[in-house]
Amino acid sequence: MKVLVPVKRVLDYNLKVRVKPDGSGVDLSNLKMSINPFCEIAIEEAVRMKEGGGGHAKDSATEVVAVSIGPEQAQETLRNALAIGADRGILVKADGEVEPLAVAKILKGVIEAEKPDLVILGKQAIDDDNNATAQMLAALLDWPQATFASKVVLAGNKATVTREVDGGLQTIDVDLPAIISTDLRLNEPRYASLPNIMKAKKKPIDAKTPADYGVDTAPRLKVTKTAEPGKRQAGIKVKTTAELVGKLKEAGVI
Amino acid sequence: MAVLVVAEHDNASVKDATNKVVTAATAMGADVDVLVAGSNAGGAAAAAAKIDGVRKVLHADGATLAKQMAEPLEALIVPLMSGYDAVLFPASTTGKNAAPRVAAKLDVMQVSGVIGIEGADTFVRPIYAGNAIITVQDSQPKKVLVVQPTAFKAAGNGGSASVEATAAPAGPFKSAFVSEEMAKSDRPELTAAKRIVSGGRALGSSEEFHKVLEPLADKLGAAVGASRAAVDAGYAPNDYQVGQTGKVVAPELYVAIGISGAIQHLAGMKDSKVIVAINKDEDAPIFQVADYGLVADYKTAVPELMDELGKAGV
Repeated sequence: MKVLVPVKRVLDYNLKVRVKPDGSGVDLSNLKMSINPFCEIAIEEAVRMKEGGGGHAKDSATEVVAVSIGPEQAQETLRNALAIGADRGILVKADGEVEPLAVAKILKGVIEAEKPDLVILGKQAIDDDNNATAQMLAALLDWPQATFASKVVLAGNKATVTREVDGGLQTIDVDLPAIISTDLRLNEPRYASLPNIMKAKKKPIDAKTPADYGVDTAPRLKVTKTAEPGKRQAGIKVKTTAELVGKLKEAGVI
Repeated sequence: MAVLVVAEHDNASVKDATNKVVTAATAMGADVDVLVAGSNAGGAAAAAAKIDGVRKVLHADGATLAKQMAEPLEALIVPLMSGYDAVLFPASTTGKNAAPRVAAKLDVMQVSGVIGIEGADTFVRPIYAGNAIITVQDSQPKKVLVVQPTAFKAAGNGGSASVEATAAPAGPFKSAFVSEEMAKSDRPELTAAKRIVSGGRALGSSEEFHKVLEPLADKLGAAVGASRAAVDAGYAPNDYQVGQTGKVVAPELYVAIGISGAIQHLAGMKDSKVIVAINKDEDAPIFQVADYGLVADYKTAVPELMDELGKAGV
């Protein structure tokens, strides 16, 4: 079974974004970029399907292909995925903002060429927080989707996926080929070892462009303003729980 | 202009989130219809018809809609969109699951996590876990919005709209419901709770998390929440997670216990009316957003707080 894992290069999750003073966007210059954490979980799951682990039989996946859509530097993100254990990469070079709809269209093209049996994506990128690409891709392909996965069990031509939903967990069966999006607790990604980082440098990365798939990446939505969020005023420190209860009474919340 | 609001419901009744999304739809200056898609959902359809400002309720009922899965919702909603300019989903797991599927079928880029409506085509939403707020102009002929219900006031229940039946999709679909395991709790639901007691990594273990927080939550009639760090550490189920990658809440009272206040957590709770923080690290960022901060070890502070609440008649 071939597994395709799209990965996104985003601002490192430990860093706080700065809004440009003129409100024209966010300032990412000289900031560390990393693989989106949910995408890292997706790669880890696919690699476990190959290696055996996380409840998957060894060789459940025979090949893991990582894809990234982004600037030239997204190659680093792909190397990261290759160091975790993906076999090869595809970089679809696109500068500037590419919305999830265009990403899904490009991925559809990649999938038609690669013919994977399963696609695993992060549920959300921590930059634009859209939570849309996996579902859009499933719709464009007319494939079933299992979003927000916390457990994946492969059996024949089906995957049984446990999903994190409001109020608890839901388990569904999807026919393969299918789209799965990862939630936080699906797995804990490994730290890539130095030998694997070195090995990753030798793994092949194909270069493509959105035009290769006939996709126009011009944004559909126009961002007219980017602002700092309203600041919440810090309140006061209370010394005792008695004082705290007094304040809460005054505020009318208890 | 006409917009369709997809109701959040449990077949028997509609959730408060539906009333809030109706308010958002009304702000677009449009006629508002509500879609109740479910199975034996007559109760929910009747409840939706009472929401103020609703013109008409569309009620689709059938076995394929019993679990409101993405594929049948797509099959139901996409054809209905010939009669609407926009469709609004609540930012629940059901809404987030289905909305992009509908958007892609309509060849539309959706606007996710909408917290403000500035007109029929101008919407406000957070990015980077709420560290930047963007205003988006959407001039696509059809619009798909996922609306953050906590950002809007609930519409009242004094209306009397008509209910019109519409056919449920027949299927078959390539996904099938197997089972569900819903947390059984007498406590209020996190996103609808007026009070929330939330714990972080400082609680140290799952036992401690439940032992410390639950009695306090019960005393306050509060829901229990958790930081991502506590969920990551396995102290609390993911369903408790408040933050960018979990739930966005805005209760009247939010009590953060042993939570440092990572950016991604603050994104999920900073619109709470009153925030209380109890943390032994006086430099914890949570104190920068807390109305009332108590620098103390939760181990002594929480039992004391229980006593003081008792004395105050809570």
